[in-house]
Amino acid sequence: MSDRLFGVAALFLAGLMTWGASVIEESFIQDPLGPKAFPWVIAAVLAITGIAMMLKPDDEPEWPARAKLLRIVWSVAVMVLYAELLPIVGFVITTAAAAAFLSWQLGGTVRQAAIGGALISGGIYLVFHLVLGLSLARGPLGF
Amino acid sequence: MDALSSLADGFAIALTWQNLALALLGCFLGTLIGALPGLGPSNGVAILIPLVFSIGLKATPALILLTSVYYGAMYGGRISSILLNIPGDEPAMMTTLDGYPMAQKGQAGEALSISGLASFVGSFFATWGLVFLAPQLVKVALLFGPAEYFALFTLAFATLGGLSSKNQAKSAIAAALGLAIAMVGVDGQTGVPRFTFNNVHFYDGIDFLVAIVGFFAVSEVLVFIENHATGPSAKPAPKLGRIIPPLSMIKATSGAMGRGTILGFIAGVLPGAGASLGSFIAYALEKKVSNKNDTFGKGDPRGVAAPEAGNNAAAGGALVPMLALGVPGSGTTAVLLAMLLALDITPGPLLFTKNPDVVWGLIAALFIGNFMLLAMNIPMMGIFVRLLAIPAKYLMPAVAMISFVGIYGISGSTFDLEVMIAFGVAGWVLRKLDVPLVPVILGILLGNQMENNLRRAMTISDGNLWALVESPLAIGLWIMAIVGFILPLVVGRFVRISALKKSKIEAGDVGTAD
Repeated sequence: MSDRLFGVAALFLAGLMTWGASVIEESFIQDPLGPKAFPWVIAAVLAITGIAMMLKPDDEPEWPARAKLLRIVWSVAVMVLYAELLPIVGFVITTAAAAAFLSWQLGGTVRQAAIGGALISGGIYLVFHLVLGLSLARGPLGF
Repeated sequence: MDALSSLADGFAIALTWQNLALALLGCFLGTLIGALPGLGPSNGVAILIPLVFSIGLKATPALILLTSVYYGAMYGGRISSILLNIPGDEPAMMTTLDGYPMAQKGQAGEALSISGLASFVGSFFATWGLVFLAPQLVKVALLFGPAEYFALFTLAFATLGGLSSKNQAKSAIAAALGLAIAMVGVDGQTGVPRFTFNNVHFYDGIDFLVAIVGFFAVSEVLVFIENHATGPSAKPAPKLGRIIPPLSMIKATSGAMGRGTILGFIAGVLPGAGASLGSFIAYALEKKVSNKNDTFGKGDPRGVAAPEAGNNAAAGGALVPMLALGVPGSGTTAVLLAMLLALDITPGPLLFTKNPDVVWGLIAALFIGNFMLLAMNIPMMGIFVRLLAIPAKYLMPAVAMISFVGIYGISGSTFDLEVMIAFGVAGWVLRKLDVPLVPVILGILLGNQMENNLRRAMTISDGNLWALVESPLAIGLWIMAIVGFILPLVVGRFVRISALKKSKIEAGDVGTAD
């Protein structure tokens, strides 16, 4: 079933690409093939392979159960939040918090996760900012 | 003997203090990355590229660091195979078959030394192969026109997916996805925007470093979060026992090392085959040749030596098409190709004439790195064994954060980080569906060049499609591409033997291909 759905998604993407390519504005500079042809070829490959996957799917993969899936969803949400907050709050604090959260998701106790997060954040700051001079996001506190 | 004098110049470059230090650092980090279950050479290199880039290393030192990581990870992959029965990466899978039984018999130290020596033999001779074969291949590549290049890229896609997935439709879909991603941005030939959704961030196209780090590193973190028990510290490592193997054991395994090296190198040079195939055929042949007393699978040192020589030789072999043609032979060389492109260096025949310092400095560094790795992997083995005990709950958050730092360091853009996370989620879904990631990466990397060559060929021939199959060289490449795509459909079932599957099940998901 998963493969079939993926095949449908590929077909949909192929349709989207075909349409997307057809609305590309032509430029006054032109070559025999133009900017639309290659995307159309790719869309055709996507469509053919999408149909092949619908007709001949593999065994169903093992999708994570609800609890595991939630863990992944949360982790991704934290990563996005991290990306958003990084320039506002600064590197050290956001990194410590995000690393601690991931560490907790990977089975650490709250205490272990907090210590791990602080060490990871501090370690990266020390090596990459202070030693190697990489500019990391500065927050209102200056780090 | 042009190659030898160029190599001498290369040594002059590689033997500076900075480059030696970088090679040493790369070898150390590589061995560590390879040893940790789940993190293979492609992840290792993918995580480090953006960092190297944002620190501002020049092309040669950057390449030296990253190829040292590559070679180091190929060495290190065997450590957890032997000690924990968990391959550090896919090419190290075959090493579990005899390595773990040796460790159980109390010969862990000897198994590690023999495999370390085999790794050295494999990569040392493969590097010589690179010295002599790459310049020859360059001569052939100079005959390539746009039509031939287009056929060559098709060949790379046809074969690269072939062995990394048992379903050819999935490999093709992966390549098409990568190519589709490459189409985003302003068209280089006519200057019109394509698939940008009027978002300025997309006008420059999608940065392949962002995609690579997302696909490899972020998706790896998600896989770990999903099955969080399979961390490195799941099982305690056995005692090492005797470290220096008896001379008789070295003698007994030397044939296996030699055969493994030759087969591995050939597997590496063939586009798309890579190190997993190298170690597989090396082990399969050795079993045929040497398994007279039915000792294979029960801790025969030759069963450790052959695949290790094979996968390390393949790692060297895969650099031949990558440097000479600009077409990577494996997942990690695809990542290295991204590195070169990011540094504004286009691999291919002109690389050898335009940037000889880069190529030969790199090759010389590989020789030096090999000796460093030999020294690290036999006398200093105990250190790496102890480092294996770092639990995933600290390791993976660090990996994730370092990936974020690298990407943010390049562009300082939150948008890029979010695109990277999106690729990470997509990579996780594709891995679940058994869609190989390497063709996606290759599509992103080569998409624009592939299209440009096609369009140039069409411009030259005034739109005549037959121009694509006019020269004998192009016809040969097309035939190879078709055979490369169809062959796995026929023999794929035999190649993906049950042993491979078995070790995969035991190990959980062992990360991305070489």
